[in-house]
Amino acid sequence: MKTLALLATILTGAILLYGTADFAPWGDPESPPNRHLSTYYIEQAVKETHVPNLVTALLGDYRGYDTMFELVVIYCAGMGVIAVLRRSDS
Amino acid sequence: MKSLQALAQNGGGDNLILQTTIRLTVPFIQLFGLYVIVHGHYSPGGGFQGGVLLGAAFILIALGYDLPTSKRYFPVRTNAILANSGALIFAGIATLCALLGGYFLDYSILTRLLPIDPIEWRSLGIFLVEVGVGLGVMCIMLSLYWDMASGGQMEEGL
Repeated sequence: MKTLALLATILTGAILLYGTADFAPWGDPESPPNRHLSTYYIEQAVKETHVPNLVTALLGDYRGYDTMFELVVIYCAGMGVIAVLRRSDS
Repeated sequence: MKSLQALAQNGGGDNLILQTTIRLTVPFIQLFGLYVIVHGHYSPGGGFQGGVLLGAAFILIALGYDLPTSKRYFPVRTNAILANSGALIFAGIATLCALLGGYFLDYSILTRLLPIDPIEWRSLGIFLVEVGVGLGVMCIMLSLYWDMASGGQMEEGL
């Protein structure tokens, strides 16, 4: 069973590493995300949200799902630790 | 070395300098945590960072004093309620947007609740959501420390 789990982990890791080969080159100004998304956010984000900090505007508004489930991940971690460890009545 | 361990086990490890420093600095750490949360619109920061600062202030109390002291300042029940409401604030605002007829997490539709500029609502919505994130992160940080440090007994920690 352990060998199987190790094999599955290595296989998944290999597939993920293979997938990174198709990423756009790092810092390439001509890559698709830099030509469409980045320019749109840089030009429109302050106009559309009135938040001068682009990072906050992106995380809180355009990428709200991501931030929400980040909080849910932390929440689940806390609840998991409570479920496993806590032994007091208080 | 051995006597130091014995000292710590007998609860004689309390350090006046440490405790006084913590007592004096904790309010400022909390103030800075609130500042980081509410100033996230204009400078680096936001709910996660501010929440971690607020949680660290309580962890500092638990480290310098002991675990029951930090539980007196921040009861376990309050911690659980705030942790849940933090996550609920975020999901609730997102769902409210959907219920009011807009998209999930599209804060501009909240203008039907309070008629101000939709763009201002997007800014305000981000702030409200960050408050939820801050609350949740603060409580989960502290509860993780409590459980990890005391092995779940919640009576004495490090």
